[in-house]
Order: sequence, then C-alpha cells, then structure tokens
Amino acid sequence: MTEQKSLKILIADDNDSDRMLLSAIVKKEGHEVIEAINGAEAVSQYVKHSPSLILLDALMPIKDGFEAAQEIKQIAGNQFIPIIFLTSLQDAKSLARCLDSGGDDFLSKPYNRSILKAKINAFYRMRMMNQMIQEHAQQMVVEQKVAKKIFDNVAHLGCLDSDNIQYSLSPLSVFNGDIVLAERKPDGGMYIFIGDFTGHGLPAAIGAMPLAEIFYGMTKKGFSIHEILTEINTKLTRILPVQFFCCAAMVDLDFVEKTARIFVGGLPALYLWREKSKTFDKIDSSSVPLGVMSRENFKPDIQDIPMYDNDRIFLWSDGIIESRAKDGEMFGEERLENLFNQGKHQDELFNFILDNVDQFMLGGERDDDITLVSAQMVDIESLSDDVVVEKNKELGGPLEWSLHYELQSQSLRVFNPLPLVLQIVTEVDGLKNFSGQLYTLLAELYSNALEHGVLGLDSNLKTSGEGFAKYYSLRKERLDSLTTGFIRVILSHEPLNDGKGGRLRISFEDSGPGFNFQKMLKNEHKIDGYCGRGLPLIRTICEEFYYEGVGNKVNAVVVWPNIVENPKKMAGNYE
Amino acid sequence: MSEELSAHLDLDALEMLKEIMEDEFSLLINTFLNDAVERIEQINAAINAKNSEDIRRAAHSFKGSSANIGAHVLQGLCLVLEDAGHNGDTSLAPEMAKRIEQEFKIISQLLKSNYLA
Repeated sequence: MTEQKSLKILIADDNDSDRMLLSAIVKKEGHEVIEAINGAEAVSQYVKHSPSLILLDALMPIKDGFEAAQEIKQIAGNQFIPIIFLTSLQDAKSLARCLDSGGDDFLSKPYNRSILKAKINAFYRMRMMNQMIQEHAQQMVVEQKVAKKIFDNVAHLGCLDSDNIQYSLSPLSVFNGDIVLAERKPDGGMYIFIGDFTGHGLPAAIGAMPLAEIFYGMTKKGFSIHEILTEINTKLTRILPVQFFCCAAMVDLDFVEKTARIFVGGLPALYLWREKSKTFDKIDSSSVPLGVMSRENFKPDIQDIPMYDNDRIFLWSDGIIESRAKDGEMFGEERLENLFNQGKHQDELFNFILDNVDQFMLGGERDDDITLVSAQMVDIESLSDDVVVEKNKELGGPLEWSLHYELQSQSLRVFNPLPLVLQIVTEVDGLKNFSGQLYTLLAELYSNALEHGVLGLDSNLKTSGEGFAKYYSLRKERLDSLTTGFIRVILSHEPLNDGKGGRLRISFEDSGPGFNFQKMLKNEHKIDGYCGRGLPLIRTICEEFYYEGVGNKVNAVVVWPNIVENPKKMAGNYE
Repeated sequence: MSEELSAHLDLDALEMLKEIMEDEFSLLINTFLNDAVERIEQINAAINAKNSEDIRRAAHSFKGSSANIGAHVLQGLCLVLEDAGHNGDTSLAPEMAKRIEQEFKIISQLLKSNYLA
C-alpha cells in the first residue's frame, strides 16, 4: 500500500509554534520531517534532502513562499515535486499567486489532521504516477537509441556521402517515418531511395528496417529498380498493418548512359533541375505507395529520363511542403517552385531551399522532420570508387563447371536472370572482386541479346531524347506481347595454373536474325548503338571476344587473375 | 471558570493538540506564547509606521497560529485587522491592536493556569 510509505517531507514556516505543530502531525503519520524557517532555507533544504513533498508557508521573511516555490520548481525541472501552501489567505489574488508560483494545493490553519493526511497521500500517488511517466519517457529514449543503433547497422549511410549527393535528414528521422538510402550498383550506377512511412515512432522504424535490408542486399546483387521496388512492396504489404504504408521515390542513375529511371509513389513531385536551360521538370507521383498493393497488383510506373552532366534531381518527403509558419500557414508547393525560379546556382539551391523553409517557419513550431536529398548527374570518373577490392584472399570455390540456361518468351517477359547468373559466377572466389565488371559485361550482353536480338529494337533510336523515350516504350510494348523467342546463356569455368587462376567462358545466343558484325567490327568508331558502349569495356576485360553464326551468338572469355583491377577506370571506358 | 475558558478557547482543539504533541504539548503552548509577544510587537510597529501591507501580513500570521492553538476569539480579531490592512483602511487599526493585546492577555492567563500547571 502506497499509503503506508514513509515520506521525506519539508516543512517551511517562520512561525515556531505552527511549524512545531505541523511537524508533530506529519511525524505522527509516520513521515520524516525536514524543517526550514524561511524561504531561502526551504530552497537549500530542498536541494540538500530532495524531499517528496513540501509544505510551504506563503508569508515568510528572507524570500517568501512564492519565490521559494518558483525556485524549487525550476530546480526540480521535469521531476514533479508537490508544493502545498500553508495559508489561510482568502482573497482570490493571493490564492492565484500561490498557484502561479508553482503551488499545487493549499492547507489552511487551523491544521486538520485528516485533511492533511489525505492530501499527503493524494500527492504521493500523483508523484509516483509522475515518476512512472518520467521513467517511461526515459525508457523510451533508451529504447529509441537502441532501435536507432540497430537501424543504423542495417541502414548505414550507403553512398549518401558521395560527392554528387546532398542530403538533410534528422538523426532520429526514422522515428518520424522518413528514410533515405543510397548505394552504388555493381555496374557503377547509383540508386537513391527516399521513403516516408505513415505514422511515427516504432511502427515506422520497424517497417524501415526490412526496407533498408532489401534495398542494400538487392542493390549489391545487381537487381533492377523494378525488382527491388517489387520486393520492398511485397515485404511491406505483408508485414505492415493496413493503415501503415510507405510513400516513396526511387531513382536509378546511370552515369554512363546518362539516364535516370525514376519511380514516384505517393510522394510530392520530385524536381529535375536542367543545368543547361536553368529550368526544371516536375516528375509527379504516378504509382501507389509501397506496402499497399499485393504482389500481383503492384505495377510500379518507372519513367526513363535522359539527363546531362550537372543536371540534378531533388527529392523530398512532404515535410517541406507541409512546414508551417507561426500563423499555421503551410510552405506549400508554390513557394517551393518559386525557389527554383530565382536564378540560384544549382550548387546553392539545396541550402537555399533549407534556409527558406527555416526562415518561413521562424517562430513557428520547429520541425526536424525536413528530409531533402539531391543527386547530381556527374561524370563517373568524379565519383569515389567505393568498390573494396579484397586482396591476398585465399581463392577457392567451384572452379570446374558449366551451365546451360535457356530462357523462353514467358521468362524473358517477367524475369531478369542477371542477379542469378552473377551469383553463380561469383561463387568463384577469384571472380568475386570483379563482380562489378562482370555484371556490366553480362548486362551488356544480355540487353543486346534481348533488345536488339529478340525484340528487334533499333539502337539508333536512342540518339535523341525523343527517340530515347520511344525506344523504351517500344521495348516495353514488344516485351509485354512477346510470345516467341529465346536467349541461351552458356557459362563454363576451368581452373588455370593449379587453381591460382581461371578461365570463364560466356556465350549468349538469341533467337533474333543476327546482324552484320563484320561491318561493325570494321567501323567500330561509327557505331554508337549496338555494343557501342560495351565494346571498349569488353576489349579491356575479355581475353577473347567474337561473334558466331549470323551474329546472333556472341562469345566472351575472361581470364583471371589478369582482369584489369580498377573498376572505375573500366567504367570510364564506356564512352 | 470552564465557561470563561470555552468562551476564548476551542477546548476540543486543545485536546487534539495534547494528543498530537504528547510530551511536547507544554513546549508548544510556551512557544506560541513567546511567538505571540513578537507578533504583537510587529503589529504595533506596522501600525505606527502606517504601513497597511505590513499590518495585513503581521495580522495574517498571528491569525494562523492563533487558529492552530484554538484561540478562536483572537483569530477573529486578527482577521478584522488583516482585512483592514488589506483594504488600506488603518483608522480602526490602533483600536483593533489594543483589543488583540487584551484578548492575548486573557488567553495567555487561561492557557497558563489550565494547561501549563
């Protein structure tokens, strides 16, 4: 029973007989008494003994009860220390002053033992409750810190600190539901993901963890933006309660082809700054948020947009647009758009936006929920090379094997075999460090086989912006209605030099009509479509590379450990 | 005697005080009596200085301890003086102070002979 607990109670009264009587009553109730004979002493006794309750006379010499109460409440801070004023002040003004200075109740003279007892018990319960709330709050902070730590281990910074990225994100943003992820792809490109979970606190943070894990895991394995989004959506739909979902945008930057593949699902339109014309394009949300649709019904709309070096994409959660000024007015889209029309240099735009939102909210409720990311299209050479090459590792894994893998039309429509193929190839330890180059090689050969071979697309289309869009819409159209055709992937590996090296043979054959590869090989410098980007790369890493038949079968031979070891330089050779 | 006693003092309250204070009851009464002399001096000083706020405070304080000791007549007189101080009307104050002093003499005598003997 809380009622029987012995408390430490401070009694401050300059009147000796009154103080003596009150002490006797309080002691009779089984409590410990600390005495003070004026306001100043009351404060110092409070600091010294930290009592659970204070009985304070209002009118005292050297600092009266009002001042003492104010000081004590200030010292106590978040901790609730009940103060009962000992007074028979009658006028409303004096009573109000007691409450204003931090008093919680009154006790009038003559003292009544049962009333005093009831009050002590009531405030004791209140204090306990308050303590519990404080403890819960502290516990929550501790838990959030732990959760944050776990989250940081899963959702590390990725490549957010790359030179071409600027971002603003509150350290505890995951508990506000915001998440920002970025990572380099095996082929040298970059994924940027921004998500805004409905709801706050732990539910949002819990949903963010598998999302981050899928994002990083699948990015590293070379999955496409479409596949990663599908996987995240499936996972979120399964684990999140109905009212929770994640508004998101994802960008796939290809620094070689100078394109962005963009998905916007439920977030405000993202802006694409065009450096040459100093204008911007808005890319509106065209998909449902993640975690709403079942796998079958999830149809992310991914737009292919050409970019030039120094063009810049701005992504945000609705935090900026919904920032409020003191009078409650929202920042709004119009203000945001105006910021882009003020002739700022693009390098300044990011901070210009943040400063303006800050200024707008001046005096308004401070909101740390501002999440903003910008990513610039750059020359791939300018990006730091974050592919860690592990050296001197004992090499092992399967060295003698072959694989024959044929995909028919239905599979070609719905399945991307590259992550699987890469996985198999990099089981060879000696090839692990070159997964980036190998992925690029495989991707190049596969997309040539699919797009030019099976789908019969003309690569010359891609030379103009307009044709570029047409190319991709045709690609989608033909792929969706594909009923015949195949791609045959043949891989084999053999050990060389007693297992200290090896030879990987890759061959892609498609059902297409082939092409005049003799002519292409002769006029290599004129070709900017078929293998245009891939050929120099292929030359660098392949010991052999040749076409067969009518040009619908291509062979590549990679020998390690003599593969060129600088992936950045490799990638730079694309153009 | 007992009639005069109950006219000035709350006997039930005093019984309760005895019960609460036990051995320290007489100390409490003596403390009150000593304090009271000081309070009355404060009241007179405030009246001489014509400081109505000080009059109010001193009367308020004395009123409280009188109430605690069961001196209900003294408590009532102090209340009248406190109100006068509060209203800034000090014309009646010297008269009230005199009556407070008289009443205190009476209860002081009653307490000494009935409770400290």
